[in-house]
Amino acid sequence: MPSPVIELLVNNHPGVMSHITGLFSRRAFNLEGILCGTVGTGEKSRMFLMVNEDKRLTQLIKELERLHDTLSVTLRNDIDHHIFDPLKVES
Amino acid sequence: MKKTGAQIIIELLERQGVKTVAGIPGGATLPLYDALGQSNIRHVLTRHEQGAGFIAQGMARVTGKAAVCLGTSGPGATNLLTAIADARLDSIPLVAITGQVPSSMIGTDAFQEVDTYGLTLPITKHNFLVRTTEELLRVIPEAFGIAESGRPGPVVVDVPKDVQMREIEFEAWPEPGGRTSPLSPEAGAVEQMARMIGEAKRPVLYIGGGITASDCCAELRKLARKNSLPVACTLMGLGTVSADNPLYLGMLGMHGSRSTNFVLEEADLLIGIGVRFDDRATGKLEEFCPNAAIIHVDIDKSEIDKLRPVNLAVAADAAKVVRRLVELVDDDERSQWMKRIAHLRTLHSEEIPEPENNAHPLNIIRAVADIADPDTIIATDVGQHQMWVAQSYPFRTPRTLLTSGGLGTMGFGMPAAIGAALAQPGKRVVCFSGDGSILMNIQELATMADHNLPVTVIILNNGHLGLVRQQQELFFGNRITASKFTTTPDFAALALAFGVRGVSLAGTNDPRTALAEAMTGNGPCIVDAPIDYAENVFPMVPPGAANRDMIGGEANA
Repeated sequence: MPSPVIELLVNNHPGVMSHITGLFSRRAFNLEGILCGTVGTGEKSRMFLMVNEDKRLTQLIKELERLHDTLSVTLRNDIDHHIFDPLKVES
Repeated sequence: MKKTGAQIIIELLERQGVKTVAGIPGGATLPLYDALGQSNIRHVLTRHEQGAGFIAQGMARVTGKAAVCLGTSGPGATNLLTAIADARLDSIPLVAITGQVPSSMIGTDAFQEVDTYGLTLPITKHNFLVRTTEELLRVIPEAFGIAESGRPGPVVVDVPKDVQMREIEFEAWPEPGGRTSPLSPEAGAVEQMARMIGEAKRPVLYIGGGITASDCCAELRKLARKNSLPVACTLMGLGTVSADNPLYLGMLGMHGSRSTNFVLEEADLLIGIGVRFDDRATGKLEEFCPNAAIIHVDIDKSEIDKLRPVNLAVAADAAKVVRRLVELVDDDERSQWMKRIAHLRTLHSEEIPEPENNAHPLNIIRAVADIADPDTIIATDVGQHQMWVAQSYPFRTPRTLLTSGGLGTMGFGMPAAIGAALAQPGKRVVCFSGDGSILMNIQELATMADHNLPVTVIILNNGHLGLVRQQQELFFGNRITASKFTTTPDFAALALAFGVRGVSLAGTNDPRTALAEAMTGNGPCIVDAPIDYAENVFPMVPPGAANRDMIGGEANA
């Protein structure tokens, strides 16, 4: 069973990442992978957060949706995990 | 138009209708204060920024509108944190504007630099670090909009000094920010609620601060009356239903009424509106209302199913739901359920102190209630006195109890009372405090004296951190550690030192007259009311226990 990935569309400005990661860190919930990049002209960003299966995910997703800078949240089980592979290389 | 950032902020506040702000100036807010000085906004200079935060909260809790506090960078901002976190947990609309070191110096550990944005991330509804003067035209109205819309909450706007000083040219003022149209319930949801209520034999309304926030107390009372729905209130819900309403059950939970907790035990339908299943209200969650189906109405959908899975979730504005529900429910007398409730109330009646015991805290609170106008605003601090007030003061109208419910901040009371007095000129405000709590923001006596505000502070003085002592007595083998004060100041003399009237009830034969005098006349008055240190708040549900397992307070024990 692949790890779930949370896909987020957010406003792109400094601080958004802290808002998002803060919801996880306050629960001592580790993020296994983060991929983030701007969308289109740069006003928005897309984020992929790889997480471990956890019963708190449903609540976390609701709180992610509640954030003022969050435009959409989708919990996906169909993301190709190879997108996180470059992160795994030990240098 | 050509204006500086500071002038833009202040003029936008004026356009928001802000009349009073509280704060303390400092290096990073000098431009802001210079613009403030040229405006019609009244500034209340406090003696600690936490006082300014709670004064703003007092104004917001009384009016329902976002109130403003100001602090400079660094310690100014860190001193505001507790009041901001407090506003978050009680869903109070607040806009805190903080100065920040100039943009070019951010991140250099400059003098009085702190990461206000980072510090306020987890305790605000939203926060801004303003990067350009132009942004202010968007951010300030937006801050008010966010603070007041949906589930209200605090917003921080951190403004670097150069952003305040820079002058920009712009065409037009933006529209003031305000409450956006609240969320409507999904089609069929309220009809489903009405059906469930119609089928229930033993329904109970469980209501909290959300009813006041969405301004539907009158409709809620109508709903309760029409279908004979008994109402249990959380601490934040007190005043929603008048204490003398026959359907009013009182407060539920850790220090709730015995009978209320037993009524909930028997409920077959719990209708929670504007509540969040807080642990102080529910006790051991799995055993809360064990026989009830649950309907949960809340404007914040992340509160629904957070702690207790529900049978019907209605993520919508309470007012919209309640207004529709009143039309849909049947007239019902529910005579069986009413009889059962009356029986439970007799069976589990509360212990009442001897009426001649003038020094008993409940008698002091009742005496104040007898003297005060029915709509007098009561602020409290946090501790035993707060719970005694919640249990026994007959609140009749919404927004008359100002109390730190979620965060439980000692030091909240007096500055909140100052804010209330500023928001409701000419009316006396009463603050119940304790000898522990009052000293946590005692410096605001000076602020109260500055404005000669009609605030009566009644200190129920037991020489202890009473609620800590009580728990040490009950749950830690009566080992009293660090909860007894070695010395206690002479509060009446302390008041005098600040230029405020001060009286002590110690040795008074006629405390009622002394209280009545303290609650009349001009300006503030501090009342030192000694009480027996061994007095406990009962009943009490031990932390982690089910609400049925209450200790103490039985009349027929």
